[in-house]
Amino acid sequence: MNFDDTPQEAEFRATARKWIDANAPKQYEAELSKSSLGRIRLEKEDIVDVGKAWQKKKAEGGWACLHWPKEYGGRGASPIEKVIWQQEEGVYGKLTQPFQIGEGMCGPTVMAFGSEAHKRYYLPKLASGEHIWCQLFSEPAGGSDVAGLRTRAEKQGDNWIVNGQKIWTSGAHYSDYGLLITRTDPNVPKHKGLTMFFLDMKSKGVEVRPIKQANGMQEFNEVYFTDVVIPDSQRLGAVGDGWNVSLTTLMNERMSIGSRLATGFPEMLEFCSNLMTDDGLAIDDPATRSKLANWAVKASGLKYTSYRAISSLSKGERPGPENSIGKLVSGSMLQDIATYAMDLQGAAGALTGADEEMARGQFQQMLLSSPSMRIAGGTDEILRNIIAERVLGLPGDIRVDKDVPFNKIPTKGR
Amino acid sequence: MNFDFSDEQKQMRDAARKFLTEKCPPKAVREVLDGKAPYDKELWKGLAEMGFLGVAIPEQFGGAGAGHLELCVIAEEMGRANAPVPFSSTVYLAAEALLLAGSDAQKQKWLPKIASGEAIGTLALFEGKGNPSPEAIKLQASGDTLNGVKRPVPDAAIAHFAVVAARTGSTGRDSDISLFLVDLKAGGVEAKPLTNIDPTRGQAELTFTKARAEPLGAAGEGWSILTQVLDRAAVLLAFEQVGGSDRALEMGRDYALDRIAFGRPIGSFQAVKHMLADMYVSATLARSNCYYGAWALSTNASELPEAAAAARISATQAFQHCSKNNIQVHGGMGFTWEFDCHMYYRRANASALTLGSLSYWEDQLIDRMRKKNAA
Repeated sequence: MNFDDTPQEAEFRATARKWIDANAPKQYEAELSKSSLGRIRLEKEDIVDVGKAWQKKKAEGGWACLHWPKEYGGRGASPIEKVIWQQEEGVYGKLTQPFQIGEGMCGPTVMAFGSEAHKRYYLPKLASGEHIWCQLFSEPAGGSDVAGLRTRAEKQGDNWIVNGQKIWTSGAHYSDYGLLITRTDPNVPKHKGLTMFFLDMKSKGVEVRPIKQANGMQEFNEVYFTDVVIPDSQRLGAVGDGWNVSLTTLMNERMSIGSRLATGFPEMLEFCSNLMTDDGLAIDDPATRSKLANWAVKASGLKYTSYRAISSLSKGERPGPENSIGKLVSGSMLQDIATYAMDLQGAAGALTGADEEMARGQFQQMLLSSPSMRIAGGTDEILRNIIAERVLGLPGDIRVDKDVPFNKIPTKGR
Repeated sequence: MNFDFSDEQKQMRDAARKFLTEKCPPKAVREVLDGKAPYDKELWKGLAEMGFLGVAIPEQFGGAGAGHLELCVIAEEMGRANAPVPFSSTVYLAAEALLLAGSDAQKQKWLPKIASGEAIGTLALFEGKGNPSPEAIKLQASGDTLNGVKRPVPDAAIAHFAVVAARTGSTGRDSDISLFLVDLKAGGVEAKPLTNIDPTRGQAELTFTKARAEPLGAAGEGWSILTQVLDRAAVLLAFEQVGGSDRALEMGRDYALDRIAFGRPIGSFQAVKHMLADMYVSATLARSNCYYGAWALSTNASELPEAAAAARISATQAFQHCSKNNIQVHGGMGFTWEFDCHMYYRRANASALTLGSLSYWEDQLIDRMRKKNAA
């Protein structure tokens, strides 16, 4: 048992480190280090522009999407090499935010179901950041129940005509392409009538509207489709096989090993170590210590769970199911930590100004943003179902709509 | 990175599981639970024959000379089987204290007997309610005799010797405390069994009246040695707790698959599934913290105090959580004497206290993290 690299891994790490040291946009290092929670913002520049420049440089140096095959813009690296790269990329990894959905979900789906010509054209441009992709799955009527989606695609000659609405689309406003799942047959049960496409987000009839979120920010969008024409050649997988195609996409979403899930604990420990209350330092209070200890062991538990997965990758094995716990644990931790950090400040805990003496409003922002961490990318409840069914082998829920034609499923309660 | 047990260590875990499945079924645990025997003597003998009692004891002292990672995987299996033997007192506490602070003669006298199963040892630390602290140790040493009362002392009614924490000074400093080794069969010590929530792990009161004792480690070093022994035992006991958590989770899962109510397996109800998923989450967090503790223990890393406290807290929480909700998944049947759920519930809650309570270790963890940050 040790934390050391194998000689091969050490060599790869040294090469990566050297390249990053010579090429990283160091002028942003301090700013990126500071923005640990919530949305990343740069003072003077648009994060997408800076990200695109970094992504392009990485692609030229052979460090973009590095676990992809070389012919599609990657490096053909092993999974452990990708993890090592992420560790070395460090704070600059935050610049890759606009490309993560493309790299993690859209790209792998095109790779699995696209034609060779598509793969050779689109994937390298995705890898180099020239094209940004988004994922158009969720709908007002289908969040956790993705297969309940209603956006229609109807065949007309060699084209499909799409009408409907998507929601919660990250980055739709700056994306060039989108991965779109539609209903092509409402007369069969819901999982069977779906078909997957990709489309140019500049197509006529596509309208992107930002959503103002509960925390006041705008990171997601609604996307409306009005008679949008998509050529049949941009279909991914067979007609009616969209559900299976989407499973490839979503499986990749959850394979985020070694990713940096914020828990809020380091910030909280620092905060409590410095906060003077009427009874002395917050960290000297037994109730606070007990809470801190509980969060500490969750944070370390997550850290060493990911080390176990990295060790599996290092041995060339498939990691176990342990990593499915990450977001479930960290999401509510952020929320709990934010709530308690504000409690410790008394009435002043409600103040949000960046010039407030205590913690510069970071916990207030965490409080308002944290509900989304427990929803996006699988709600806490869906994640528990996944653990129960796929890890523990418990039966799936009894689904009343499973064998009913989609257009016969009731859409409103009583 | 190789943050995992080796193939050989995993094979040893498999061997331990196979052995315990055969020699320590719930029926054997119940013999002790029902008071028919103070511990399972046959199992104890078998553990010695398998080399498990001396796995971390060097060969020169009659052990297998393997190491602490090997001991961790065995500890996990002991917890999974709820083994009714004085393993933790003898191996995690007494043997560790001897290995850390014993003279060659002391090691030569006791360690081979531990490895062979001839000697049961324990640590006499507590004197009534409260958590480990130098102030709470009142038992007085005068020269080479001890006078005072220790309670509760795990497995003390069946132990042959004890490591005893005693007061040798009155300056109010940690250096007032020294450790002693006492042969419990040599006179001057009376053992009175105490009832406790987990009869499969006995507790007793030891009364020392001019009991002959020899120093263990240097005078005044007692508290410092004790702290190290408790940290090492915390990691090892945490592995037992993780083994117990996993078993309780499995029992709950199996029952949820098997039990039909409202015309379907209860494991298909989200209320039950989510409870089991949460048990899996705590067991997984605990296991990962324990691995870190195992690494720190086996390499004598400077991170051990922090790693041990984290493993202890996480594993205590997981075992309490899993054993409690295992009963809940079972419903009324889980509350019967006949079902095994309560044996894990008892063990979980007794283990949570035996090296100092959860709140004590929470306090320790934060202290240790602050010390590290300040350094």
